[in-house]
Amino acid sequence: MNIPKDLFYTKDHEWARLEGKKAYVGITDYAQGALGDITFAGLPKNGDAVKQSDLCATVESVKAASDVYAPLSGRVVSLNEKLAAHPELVNKSPYEEGYFFVMDVSDESEKTKLMDAASYGKYLEGIAK
Amino acid sequence: MKLIFEKHKEGRRGFTQAKPDVPETKGLDGKYMRKSAPRLASVSELDVIRHYSGLSRLNYSVDTNFYPLGSCTMKYNPKFTERIASLEGFTDVHPLLPQLSGGGMLAQGSLEVLYEAERLLSEITGMSAFTMQPLAGAHGELTGAMLIAAYHKANGARRKYVIVPDSSHGTNPASAAIAGYEVIVIKTGPDGYMDLEEYKKKLNKDVAAVMLTCPDTLGLFNPRIKEIADMAHGVGALMYYDGANLNAMLGKCRPGDIGFDVIHINLHKTFATPHGGGGPGSGPVGVGEKLIEFLPISRVIRRSDGTFALDYHCHKTIGYIAPFYGNFGVILKAYAYMLCLGREGLVEAAEAAVLGANYCRARLKAYYDLPFDKICMHECVFSASRQAKHGVHAIDIAKYLIDKGFHPPTVYFPMIVKEALMIEPTETESKETLDEFIEVMIEIARLAEENPSLVTQAPIHMPVKRLDETKAAREPNLRFR
Repeated sequence: MNIPKDLFYTKDHEWARLEGKKAYVGITDYAQGALGDITFAGLPKNGDAVKQSDLCATVESVKAASDVYAPLSGRVVSLNEKLAAHPELVNKSPYEEGYFFVMDVSDESEKTKLMDAASYGKYLEGIAK
Repeated sequence: MKLIFEKHKEGRRGFTQAKPDVPETKGLDGKYMRKSAPRLASVSELDVIRHYSGLSRLNYSVDTNFYPLGSCTMKYNPKFTERIASLEGFTDVHPLLPQLSGGGMLAQGSLEVLYEAERLLSEITGMSAFTMQPLAGAHGELTGAMLIAAYHKANGARRKYVIVPDSSHGTNPASAAIAGYEVIVIKTGPDGYMDLEEYKKKLNKDVAAVMLTCPDTLGLFNPRIKEIADMAHGVGALMYYDGANLNAMLGKCRPGDIGFDVIHINLHKTFATPHGGGGPGSGPVGVGEKLIEFLPISRVIRRSDGTFALDYHCHKTIGYIAPFYGNFGVILKAYAYMLCLGREGLVEAAEAAVLGANYCRARLKAYYDLPFDKICMHECVFSASRQAKHGVHAIDIAKYLIDKGFHPPTVYFPMIVKEALMIEPTETESKETLDEFIEVMIEIARLAEENPSLVTQAPIHMPVKRLDETKAAREPNLRFR
């Protein structure tokens, strides 16, 4: 299971990569594996304001449709347009090419509510039991 | 197999229009006339017969093989109900008849069926009244959510939330949202039941209703269901019963007695009417005393002289939700089913359904993980996690079963169970059939450890081999040429 060290994670298996005031957002390797082949990523609109833990996107696979929740609060500033034609990027590269969107983070302190790689790894072990 | 369009041969005909024996009219205004002929296949009558006979042989149905999707999708449809629904006295009645002056007297039989079906469902569920109009379960859910909204509005409260457990059917939160409510999802606890502590925390005076499936989608009956209902009523919220799993409860336990205020029933699930490709749905909605006045119109009433009529004068009604009186033919079949089985028969159906599911559960639990290992109701939910470690996933097990002549069970639902396999045999399956199915399931568990590729390549004996479902979903190609 790939759990990059520099990211923050939610219990619902989203990740956020903070770069200054911006954050890249996507779903984790575990999430893409559990969902199976992704067939569609429903992204928010550019400019949408999102709140931490609120529904911000959807993802569909051959097995199921799932909701994606915002790991942090802020405003969506750019989308990963490639996912429209290539949803399989979420499977192939969940943390890089398969990111969902970029947001301007309004309150960086919210990251204390997220897990780091070590605690997310432990959290996944708990789920596996 | 070729498509009918691929059998097209220019000029070939199966049918010739007779010359008209009345004078030709001028016909339609030119603007309504099509410019070119429709692109239908030109084939002979025999081509058509062979084509569709061939297709029908490829068809898999509960009439041909075991179908562990159970009542969730459709039970076996006893044939006598079809015969009754084909009686001329029913098929020849025009739906507008009861609304014409004096016409109601010519449709007394049909009106009586609606009236009596409503009474029987009320008795079975412990509700006070039903509307037979909703055209499917999800339509019933929306009707129920609208009734809940009407009730709160009449009491001067605009409540905001509907509570659903995370094991619920996806239609529950969808219906609540369409009716304008925000949905609060409660997680399932480690015992397989809705987390009661979280429920208590989330329940407040802004909650309009709690929507529950009972027994729930894990096939478990929540022993604290009465407590849940009492707490909801304590804050003025209503209890909504998703009737998807009513099959297990027939004659044993009544939602109305537990404290449910609104209920929808899927007639194809519990009352064995055709559904899906076999016929339209029907989702009657039942209510307790305090919600009767909001039921949709029309209502079938029995007048003091014993005749039946339609009543449209209900000033608090939520109005029309469907044309006419629901899917009458489906209601008629369910009514015939209830009368034929009778009170004792319905109880026996529930018992046999629960026994069959527990038999599968007990015989398979050594081979498959059982996340919530306790007596189940009419369905049991396994996880293929143990097999997944060898690369054999729930979807592979489903495909292998197809090769062995069984329809797969529901897979990947409920979503709170990883690699879920939900097995619901229903009451009509014999022990011999269940044993055959169980043997194949055991064989799959063995193959997963010894030779997983035999399972992951399945099906190999079907007219089409393993389909690329991902490609089909990512690049759907929905038309011929």
